Amino acid sequence: MALLEINREECIGCGACVAVCPFGSLSLDDENIAVVDETCTACGACIPECPVEALSLPEVEKAAVEDISAYQGVWVWVEQFHGEAGSISWEMAGQGRRLADQLGTTLTACVLGYNVEHIAKEAIAYGADRVFLVDDPTLEVYRTDPYARCLVELVRKYKPEIFLLGASSRGRDLAGAVATQLYTGLTADCTGLDIEPETRLLLQTRPAFGGNIMATIKCPNHRPQMATVRHRVFEMPVPDPNRQGQIVREKAVMLEEEIASKVVDFITEEGEVNLADAKIIVSGGRGVKGPEGFKPIRELAEVLGGAVGASRAAVDAGWIPYAHQVGQTGRTVRPDLYIACGISGAIQHQAGMKTSKVIVAINKDPEAPIFQIAHYGIVGDLFKVVPALTEAFRKRLNK
Amino acid sequence: MHAIVCIKQVPDTTEVKIDPERGTLIREGVPSIINPFDTYAIEEALLLKEKFGGKVTVISMGPPQAVEALKEAVAMGADEAILLSDRAFAGADTWATAYTLSSAIKKIGDFDVILCGRQAMDGDTGQVGPGIATQLGINQLTYVFKIQEIDLEKRTIRVERLVEEGREVVASTLPCLLTVVKDINQPRYPTFMGIRRAARMQIPTWTAADLDVNPDLIGLTGSPTKVVKVFSPPSREGECDIVEADSVEQAAEILADKLLAEKII
Repeated sequence: MALLEINREECIGCGACVAVCPFGSLSLDDENIAVVDETCTACGACIPECPVEALSLPEVEKAAVEDISAYQGVWVWVEQFHGEAGSISWEMAGQGRRLADQLGTTLTACVLGYNVEHIAKEAIAYGADRVFLVDDPTLEVYRTDPYARCLVELVRKYKPEIFLLGASSRGRDLAGAVATQLYTGLTADCTGLDIEPETRLLLQTRPAFGGNIMATIKCPNHRPQMATVRHRVFEMPVPDPNRQGQIVREKAVMLEEEIASKVVDFITEEGEVNLADAKIIVSGGRGVKGPEGFKPIRELAEVLGGAVGASRAAVDAGWIPYAHQVGQTGRTVRPDLYIACGISGAIQHQAGMKTSKVIVAINKDPEAPIFQIAHYGIVGDLFKVVPALTEAFRKRLNK
Repeated sequence: MHAIVCIKQVPDTTEVKIDPERGTLIREGVPSIINPFDTYAIEEALLLKEKFGGKVTVISMGPPQAVEALKEAVAMGADEAILLSDRAFAGADTWATAYTLSSAIKKIGDFDVILCGRQAMDGDTGQVGPGIATQLGINQLTYVFKIQEIDLEKRTIRVERLVEEGREVVASTLPCLLTVVKDINQPRYPTFMGIRRAARMQIPTWTAADLDVNPDLIGLTGSPTKVVKVFSPPSREGECDIVEADSVEQAAEILADKLLAEKII
């Protein structure tokens, strides 16, 4: 199904395309001519590399959508839980503000909930020029349908050019539904956002293949350009309580009896921590040897006011619940400090934590791959090192 | 109970290595597997069938060799499998993929639940599940950690969803679409009988002509997003500072001081 077209007459067999293909989809055949296999994703990385212009992708006709220049302004969705806005939303407000300034346009925040006017005011302090406040009992707790329909209606009515949502469980749930209804592009889990000056298009950069490659994605012909943004990638802006902005009240679009889902309960287990929000994470892996091995890990986390994470090996062994798993099949985290104890650092684990600001590795094996990405390390037995570290911090932090 | 499971064939990322000089993925000899998250979706569908009777249909969009992933699902116990494969589907982003899969589901007809993995291991977007639900106009329940109850008479379902703050219990009507997380079950291995059945099974391939699709909305043409650049992530600079001292206590003290100096605690 490869879409890449290779002009066999033009190809000189230089192999330049083979070298740059991020997916290893190109090779030279018996006649020393480039061939492409089914793994090609039509990413186009090879096209500019070919010295004889033998490579091409089929021209995509510009979709005849409505006039996209009518879409203006940057929007962010402000996520709230129990009437409190998530920090991820303010990180996005900071990014949204920067993009809006670059484009010379305004930043709008969408606040959906019940009795959440205080969040609308906060949004202005965090940089919004305008807030759409939809305050309705049907929106008290996040549910896909009433939230998605409400945002779709707002987009249709006011036409933003860019719409950012946090890449949280709710944000990813919501963004997928909204972008589908609007028939527009959505890029998941962005870690970089910029404006291309010539075209004013949003350049959305995100990791793929477990963080092994980065891709930059554009949405040229559909609006709004939608993206979910990873938590703790962008700085939290400093709120300015004196900032002025406009609060526009909008109505919910669904009645309670039209909504087919209900949130009936919420379960939090004792000691369960929100890894996504944690500034400090202490994680244990195979080296902790058993459920009781997490005791010193927990103690260190407690002294530091951090959360407890785990590698897949520890979760699969049943030593700690899945909610704690960091890595490709668990959560992606980006704390200020990540302390990996008895974790070898397989690439799947690294995919979930390697962008942490400071990484500390404690491992018996000096050859463990975790030391390649760690900033600090101690080679030694975690059952000796971790309690010693806990004690050292306890003294210094007066706890 | 008719459960439809959407699966994707992906390169086994645990086998993917990076060419250190070019910074590109070395895919040579890397086996293709069922997206690991999708195996939990298949298992959950099989558990539902064991409980309620009915059947499990597995579908996948991909190149002809994706039929292998479908055969593996059949070997695990799925009853029917359909491959969506056409050059016109190629280059699809999540919007066009969800559109194509939902068109196939409409053709399959009645179902009670659609199950998908939380996300694919290669693209990592998690957007196709919500896309399918929206295309079909049914409820979506994402990041499902446990199905608490299904009542086929009353057409209701209640699940636990894993969100950042804990687990949310949500009740919904059927039919609906579920995306499942890893902890929901332990996927079974294919059985010998299953493998034999899969080997003999003729899996139908549906092309664009078999589906009621608008050709402008599929494949690269129908995809709103375009990948404009692919590159390797910047590597971390600097070496690991290995703290060494005469005793563990001393090393811990030195490390604690260094970390406090970073002003992150």
